[in-house]
Amino acid sequence: MSYEIIGMAVLWTFLFGYVIVASIDFGAGFFNAYSLLTGKQHILTKIIQRYLSPVWEVTNVFLVFFFVGIMGFFPSTAFYYGSILLIPVSISIILLAIRGSYYAFETYGAKGHRGYAFMYGASGLLLPASLSVVLTISEGGFVSITDSGPVLDFVALFTSPLTWSIVILSVIAVMYISSVFLTWYADRAGDLEATELLRKYALIWALPTIVTASGIIYELRSHNFDHYQSLLNLWWMFAISFILFVGSVWFIWKKRNYGTAFLLMVGQFAFAFYGYGISKYPYLLYPHLTVFDGVTNDAMAIALIIVFVAGLALLLPSLYLLMRLFLFNQSYIKGK
Amino acid sequence: MLFEDPVFGSRMLTLLTLSFHVIFATLGVGIPLMIMIAQWVGIKKDDLHYIMMARRWARGFVVLVAVGVVTGTAIGLQLALLWPNFMELAGHVIALPLFMEVFAFFFEAIFLGIYLYTWDRFENQRKHLLLLVPVAIGAAMSAFFITTVNGFMNAPSGFDIVNGQMSGVNPLAAMFNVATPTKVAHVISTAFMASAFILAAVAAFQLIRGSNHAYHRKALHLTMKIGLVFAVATALIGDFSGKYLAEHQPEKLAAAEWHFETEAEAPLVLFGFVDDDQNVSYGLEIPYALSILSHNDPFAEVTGLNEFPEEERPPLFIHYFFDIMVSIGTGLMAFSFLYWFGTRFNWSFVRANWFRWLIVFSGPLAMLGIESGWWMAEFGRQPWILRGIMTVDEAATQSDYVGLMFVLFAGLYFILGVGVVVVLRKMFKGNDVSVELGEQDGDQR
Ligand code: HDD
Ligand code: HEM
Ligand code: HEM
Repeated sequence: MSYEIIGMAVLWTFLFGYVIVASIDFGAGFFNAYSLLTGKQHILTKIIQRYLSPVWEVTNVFLVFFFVGIMGFFPSTAFYYGSILLIPVSISIILLAIRGSYYAFETYGAKGHRGYAFMYGASGLLLPASLSVVLTISEGGFVSITDSGPVLDFVALFTSPLTWSIVILSVIAVMYISSVFLTWYADRAGDLEATELLRKYALIWALPTIVTASGIIYELRSHNFDHYQSLLNLWWMFAISFILFVGSVWFIWKKRNYGTAFLLMVGQFAFAFYGYGISKYPYLLYPHLTVFDGVTNDAMAIALIIVFVAGLALLLPSLYLLMRLFLFNQSYIKGK
Repeated sequence: MLFEDPVFGSRMLTLLTLSFHVIFATLGVGIPLMIMIAQWVGIKKDDLHYIMMARRWARGFVVLVAVGVVTGTAIGLQLALLWPNFMELAGHVIALPLFMEVFAFFFEAIFLGIYLYTWDRFENQRKHLLLLVPVAIGAAMSAFFITTVNGFMNAPSGFDIVNGQMSGVNPLAAMFNVATPTKVAHVISTAFMASAFILAAVAAFQLIRGSNHAYHRKALHLTMKIGLVFAVATALIGDFSGKYLAEHQPEKLAAAEWHFETEAEAPLVLFGFVDDDQNVSYGLEIPYALSILSHNDPFAEVTGLNEFPEEERPPLFIHYFFDIMVSIGTGLMAFSFLYWFGTRFNWSFVRANWFRWLIVFSGPLAMLGIESGWWMAEFGRQPWILRGIMTVDEAATQSDYVGLMFVLFAGLYFILGVGVVVVLRKMFKGNDVSVELGEQDGDQR
């Protein structure tokens, strides 16, 4: 296998990991704020905080891994994306910073202000929106290459229906992913009231998730026909994704096997995410940059892959320990 | 609009973010070691005070880490946002340590999470202490990796440029460039030193405020001793760093020393003023000292700044940064030695309030030493971003919005800075040690 493919597969996997863990985190913050607003915080806050406390930093490292990795494997992405993403990514950084720090201030420091919780919740909606703009830009049509480097056409970007459908999908997916996960988590904690409330949220967000996802395929048809075509060639991946979706909704509807429902949901997003990624291959920025033009030299690629394997050998046992101690430890989840 | 020039704007935004990040990064590298020492002493001496010290420091530490993580994420992305051409070029050669750094963070973050939430889960304190080892190693490794990247910017190696094309890349040679040994050693030892003085300052402040609890006296004593050890190490390694500069980056040393003409028996000038004709006035001159710093030989010849073309000379104001750093380094070394000597022979002035106030100032001074050291090192690399290969002008983004981003980030760091102070104060104010110790005693025995 060539280095481009290994590199891309690894990075896409980490991005997928980030999408799932960050969605849980963003959505949890939103539900927390929402429950404050509707006076239901006694039901949710404890569950949500117990899950979030030990893992928020780890979530952030997934993101750092992705962007450091992509600059390592594909240094040209720094040139093509660096200048044009100045504004959207700076906004994301600021939101992430507010989120991470206030979260830490709140939990480790003094019990804070309701205002923090609302800021935290709101940033959970804005972040998927600002981060997903990067995917939209990569579809092409918004960037022109000039003498002084790549330039982004903001007007075209913000008036494109594709932009808005991707933004809406990202927000809805965040709600769906996190409510499915938290339903399961609350169920394991034996908190019936929270389970019931979160289950309701999961069912509410299920349909919009599928509708917006299909909407994007439709938008893509007029925006980037090549990509649309190769998406259709992978129709079976999206079909599997849909079947998994139906399965997880069914379990949640029937109030059973929440764990399986969560796994099916991860599978649903995995098939869609990889289907999208594969259909996009080999473009990193349509039509200017492909993985072949962008890839680093062989010596660096080999070094990065060796470090990656060695790093995983170190990390997986540690992650397993973390999960054992917190995520799947019955007495911790139940707050003992 | 502020910062019309994107190059200047990018430089200032990088300056801002890194200067802010380094405060938390330094403490992030140093404090785990302090916690480890305190907990270890506590286990050895079976003294609850030290265990409590480890516990309280760890609690404050998390807040600092959180800010370190978010500002680090900011600088990591800003490198690509502000210096796209540099990152494209450098990515080919120096991506390896950046990538490894992520694993170090991962490792640190995971074990820090476990350590913090498992204080009462282990019967055996030693096992709990063991969890801190990966945290301390992970933090020191991230300092190591990132500093090799900075070393590479000062002494690029591990590749050839043939007809403007890069070839023969060797990632390990790039990482272990000639700047790496002194730079890494100096950065890590200053991190330990500064963290020790900051914690000493906190303890001294509590003593001044009238809490004459043995806990604070033990904390002060422990941290001042650690501070002394690393102050000595820092000065020694700083001396090696000077020799490194004399050999590999003489223009930086010459600019920092206002040493214009190549000459033997070179004196070291401290502070003073310089005019446009390179005349130095009001400086404090130490004969032979620059020759000694550069080559360990009072008669050695030291290259002067006029050997270099005008457009490749670093700005002369780095002289002040260098002087501030060195004065703080020697000053704190002498000061902590005095403290140690004073407590040995039981001189009463070490317990006087004025002396404790000096200790309170030593913490911020150590941090100022870190900042001025970096400002000296980084401004001293100008006009290069990659010394001899790419200039800052060639590397920067052309985006028109850098000035706006500067304003946004300045606001962000202001909020974060205020937040940290408020939270740390709240955390320890309503939570007196004696009360907490009482509670602990109750449920432990
Ligand atoms: C508490 C902080 C602190 C203290 C007391 C000192 N330093 Fe320092 N110094 C640093 C913190 C620092 C730093 C922040 O860590 C730097 C900036 C860049 C680097 O590599 O380390 C640095 C860089 C630095 C350099 C430049 C290296 C380069 O650019 O590659 C030299 C020559 C020295 N130092 C020398 C000294 C000497 C002779 C000291 C005498 C006591 C001293 N430092 C004390
Ligand atoms: C954390 C402590 C650090 C501080 C306080 C610091 C400070 C600075 C300052 C003052 C500048 C502006 C210099 C100028 O424009 O004249 C700068 C530039 C820069 N620094 Fe550092 N620096 C630090 C560490 C690092 C490290 C470890 C790296 C490498 C990864 C790095 C990469 C850069 C880059 C890419 C620039 C922009 C190019 C330039 O202006 O030369 N810095 N930094
Ligand atoms: C010598 C200067 C630096 C030191 C000693 C240092 C060290 C650290 C440490 C110890 C942390 C973990 C946070 C904590 O424990 O407080 C951290 C966070 C971080 N630093 Fe720095 N750093 C330095 C400069 C830089 C530079 C120049 C970059 C840009 C490439 C950078 C990128 C990051 C990132 C991305 C994080 C967050 C990682 C995460 O999500 O956990 N650091 N740094």
